[in-house]
Amino acid sequence: MELINDLLLFLPAAVVAAGGLTVMMLDGYKAKSRTIYSTTMIFLGIALVISFYDLLTQTPELIFSDMAGAGGTAAFGTFIVVFGTFFTVILTHDYLIGIKHNFPQVYPLLMFCTFGMIVLATANDLVTIFIGLETMSVCLYALAGIIRDKRLGVESALKYFVMGAFSTGFFIYGITLLYGATGSTSLPVIGAYTDGGLIYWGGVSLLLVAFMFKVSAVPFHMWTPDVYTGSPTTITAYMSTAGKTASFVALVLVLDRAMPFITAELTTVFTVIALLTMILGNAVAMVQDNVKRMLAYSSIAHVGYLFVGLAAGSIAGYSAVLFYLLAYTFMNVGAFGVVAYYEKNHDVHFNNVESYAGLGYQRPIMGVLLSIFLFSLAGIPISAGFNAKYLVFSAGIESGLIALVVVGVLASAASAYYYLRVMVYLYFREAKESVTLMEPKRVYSYSLVFLALLTLYFGVVPAGVTEMIYGYFSESALTAVSP
Amino acid sequence: METLLNITIYLPLLGVLAILLAKSDEAIKWIALAITSLTFAISLPLIFNFDVASSDVAQYVTESGPLVFGLDIKYIVGLDGLSLLLFMLTTFFGPIVVLSAWTSVKKHVAGFFAMLMLLQTGSLGVFASLDLVVFYVFFELTLIPMYFLIGIWGGADRIQATIKFFLYTLVGSLIMLVALVYVGYNAGNVLNDGVFLTDWRMLSSMDYQLGLVEQTWLFLAFSLAFFIKVPLFPFHTWLPYAHTEAPTAGSVVLAAIMLKMGTYGLIRFCLPMFPNAMMEFAPIIAFLSVIGIVYGALVAMVQKDVKKLVAYSSVSHLGFVVLGLFALNTIGVQGAIIQMINHGLSTGALFLIVGMIYDRRHTRQIEDFGGITSVMPIFAVFFMLATFASIGLPGLNGFVGEFLILMGAFTSESIGNIWFAIVATTGVILAAIYMLWMFQRVMFGPVIKEENKLLKDLNAREIGLLIPVMIFIIWIGIRPTHFTQYSEHQVEVLLEEAATKRASILEASNPSELPAWANRLYDITPNYAELSGEDTNE
Repeated sequence: MELINDLLLFLPAAVVAAGGLTVMMLDGYKAKSRTIYSTTMIFLGIALVISFYDLLTQTPELIFSDMAGAGGTAAFGTFIVVFGTFFTVILTHDYLIGIKHNFPQVYPLLMFCTFGMIVLATANDLVTIFIGLETMSVCLYALAGIIRDKRLGVESALKYFVMGAFSTGFFIYGITLLYGATGSTSLPVIGAYTDGGLIYWGGVSLLLVAFMFKVSAVPFHMWTPDVYTGSPTTITAYMSTAGKTASFVALVLVLDRAMPFITAELTTVFTVIALLTMILGNAVAMVQDNVKRMLAYSSIAHVGYLFVGLAAGSIAGYSAVLFYLLAYTFMNVGAFGVVAYYEKNHDVHFNNVESYAGLGYQRPIMGVLLSIFLFSLAGIPISAGFNAKYLVFSAGIESGLIALVVVGVLASAASAYYYLRVMVYLYFREAKESVTLMEPKRVYSYSLVFLALLTLYFGVVPAGVTEMIYGYFSESALTAVSP
Repeated sequence: METLLNITIYLPLLGVLAILLAKSDEAIKWIALAITSLTFAISLPLIFNFDVASSDVAQYVTESGPLVFGLDIKYIVGLDGLSLLLFMLTTFFGPIVVLSAWTSVKKHVAGFFAMLMLLQTGSLGVFASLDLVVFYVFFELTLIPMYFLIGIWGGADRIQATIKFFLYTLVGSLIMLVALVYVGYNAGNVLNDGVFLTDWRMLSSMDYQLGLVEQTWLFLAFSLAFFIKVPLFPFHTWLPYAHTEAPTAGSVVLAAIMLKMGTYGLIRFCLPMFPNAMMEFAPIIAFLSVIGIVYGALVAMVQKDVKKLVAYSSVSHLGFVVLGLFALNTIGVQGAIIQMINHGLSTGALFLIVGMIYDRRHTRQIEDFGGITSVMPIFAVFFMLATFASIGLPGLNGFVGEFLILMGAFTSESIGNIWFAIVATTGVILAAIYMLWMFQRVMFGPVIKEENKLLKDLNAREIGLLIPVMIFIIWIGIRPTHFTQYSEHQVEVLLEEAATKRASILEASNPSELPAWANRLYDITPNYAELSGEDTNE
C-alpha cells in the first residue's frame, strides 16, 4: 500500500517512464513517426498536467523509504524538467523533419532522459542521485549523436561520453568516501555529520567536482561548447535547460540538506568558481561568430551567475537559483527554438551570425521573439532574466559578497554586447542575398510565443512564484523533510 | 487623479499595440499623433491640480503590494516638485516628436513609431517612479527603444554609435543596481525589520542615515550611472556620436528627456541619501563640470557639422546643470531644475531645426549652407530664437537657468571657490561665440550654393510643431516664477533636511572607527562639533 502511495506521489516520473516504454514499443512495431510523436506528446501532456497539479498541492514529504522526496523543490524541479521537455519535443519534431533526420528513436530517448532528470531532481539520497544522473547522461550521449551520419554529431557524442564517464567516476568515488566518513548515503544523515576529516572532505570535493562537470562550471566546462554546437539544436536547448535544471536542483538539495554546516567553506570555493565561470564564459562568447556556439558559451556564463546564488549559501540564494532555472528554461528554449527555426531551412553553416542579416524583417514575429529572448538573457528589464539575475545578485549582496556581485554585473554588462550583436544583424544590416524562410508551423510559433509571454510575465510579476520557492526552504519545510 | 497618472504613463504602451495592428503607414502616423496628443492632454490636469504649497510630498501616489516575495519592492508612482516639470516636458514633447518624424521616416514606419511610444512610457515611468527598483526598471527600459531608434533609422555609423551608447549606459546603471540592492538591504535592516526596502519616501527621510564610508562608495556607484547619462566630462564620449547618428526624433528625445534622467537622478537619489558625500565631492564634481562647460564649448566651436555642434553644446549646457546641483543651495539647485527644462526646450528645438534643414538638403555641413535667411525667412526666425535661447539671451529661458546657476555657484559653500563660477561664466561667452558664428555662416551672407536657392520654407506642420516650443522658451524667459514655483518649496525642504542629516551623521560617526581616508575626506577632527555647527548654518 505504501508503495502505491509513493508511486502516486511520484506520478509524473512514472507517466514519463511508461510513455518512454510505450513509445519504444511503437517504434519496434514500425509505427509511423507521426503516431510516435503524438503518443509522446500525450504522455508528456499528462505528465505536465500532473506535475503542475503536484506543484500547487503537494507538501514536502519523503517517499520510497527516504530515497526520494515529493513536493517542495522536488515538485518544482519535476515541473521545470517536464515543461522543458514538452516544448523541446514540439520543437524537435519540427526541426528534425526540417533537416530530414526524423529518427523515431529520439522520442523514447527523450522520455527516458526526462525520467532520469526527474529522479535527479527529487532525490534524497546520493544513490538516487547517481541513478538519476546516469539515466539522464546515457540518454543524452545518444541524443547528442542522434544525427549519426554527420561527423559533427558523432564527435560531440563521443566527447560528451568520454568526459561524462570521467565525471561519473568522480561522483561514485565521492559517494564512496562520504559513505566511509559518515556511514550513510542519505542526504540528511550526511548533513548531520560535523566531524570533518580527510575522508569527508575528499568525498565532498569529489562530489562537487562531478556536479561541476555536469553543470559545466569553469574549469570543468571544456566539453560544453563542442557538445552544444555539435548536437541537434533543439537537443542543445534540452541539455542546457532541462538537463542543467535537474543537475542544479540536485546540487542545491545536496548543499542544503547534506552540507548545511560547511557553507562558509563552500562560499570561498563557489566564489572562485563563479568568478572564473562568469569571466571566461562571457569573454569567449564575445568572440564567437556561430550563434549556437555563442549560446553555448553564454550558458556557461549563466552557470557563473547561478554559482553566485550558491555562493551566497542562504535561503535567498538557493531560491534565487531555482527561480533563475525557471526563467532560464523559458528564455533559452525560446532562443534555441528560433535558432533552430532559422537553421532548419538551410544547413548548419547558417548558424553563423552573418547569415542573420536582415532576417528580422522577413519573419517579423520570429525576429521579435528572438529579441525578447536575447534581451532576457542579457538581463534587461522587464524580463524574467532580469528578475532572475536581480534575485541572484541581491542574495549575493545580502551575504556580503559585494566584490563578486560587482564582477558579476560587469560581466553581465559585457554579455549585452554579444546578445545585441545578433540583433544588430537581425535588424540593422541589410540582407545580402535573398534568403527564403518557410513559414513556421502554427504549433511551433505558438509555443515560442507562449514562452516569450512567460518570459515577460515573470519579468513583471514574479511575486507568486518567488513566494512559493521561498517556502521550500523555510524552516517548516526543512524539518518536515529531515528525519 | 492617481488613475490619470497611470493612464498617462501606460497610454503610449497601448499605442504600441494599436500601431502594430494598424494597416497603412498613414494610419500609423495618425495613431501615434493621436496617442501622444491624448497623453499630453490627460497629463494637463496633473499640473493644474498640483498642490504647490506641499510640493515636497509626492502627489497622485499609487502604491501596490510587494512585487517580489520577501522583498518590499512596490510599484509606487507619484509626482512631486522635482519630477512634475520633467514629466510634463516628456508628455509635451510626445506629439512634437511624432510630427517631426512625419515625412522623414520612410522605412519600417510601424517599428519607428512603436519604439517612440515605448520610449515615452519608459521616460514617463522614470520620472514618476518613487521606488528605486521601479525607477531602475524604467531607466533601463528606455535603453531598448533608443538602441533600435539609432540602430535602424540612424546615419552611416549608426551601429557603432548605438552599441557604444547602449554599453556605456548599461555599465553605469548595472553598477548602480549593485549599490541600489545594497541600499535596499541596509535600509531594510534600519527601517523595516530586515525586509528589503526601496521606497524613496522612506529612504529620503531623516530616519535613514548611512555611515560615512558606505555613503562614499554608494554615492560613487550611483553617481557614476547618472554622470554617464548626463553626461559629465570625462564620461561624455558616447554622446556626440549617438546624437549625430540618431534620427532627428531620436536626438530630440535623447537631448530633451533622456539626458535629464541623469541630473534628475542626482537630485532625487544622491542628495537625500548621501548628503555628506554630495557635500565633500562637490568641489571635484564642480571642477569636472566646469571642464565640461569650457571643453564642450571649445569643441563645439570647431565642429563642421551643425548637429555635432549642437551635441557638444549639450555637454556644455549639462555641465551648468551639474554645477548648479552641486552648489547645494536653493538658488543653484532651483536654477539647475529650471535649466533642465530650458535645455530640453532649446536644444530640442535646435535638433528639430537641424532635422528640418537636413530633410531638405541631406547635409549638415556648415560649409554647404550660407545665406539661408533670404531663402527661408520663417525658418530663420525660429532658428534665431532657438539659438538665442541656447546662448542664454536675457528675456529667453536659457538666461534664467544659467543666471540662477551662476549665482548659486558664486555663493556656494560646498564648492567653496568662486573661481569655478568665474570660469563657468566664460562658458556663456563661448556659447555666444560658437552659436552665433555657426548661425552667421549658415544663415547670412550670399547664397553660394546653387542647391540652396531652391529650398522651400517651412510648411504648416513644421511651423505648428515649433510654435509651442517657442511659446515656452519665451514664457519661461519672461515669467520664470510660473515654473520655478513647482519645485521651490521642495528644494528648500530637501536641502534643509540634507543639511540636518549631514550634521547628525557627522556627529554620530566616530573618527577612530573610520579608515584614514574617510577621516581626511570628511575632515573629521576630534573637534567635530564645531564642524557640524558650520554645516547646519549653510
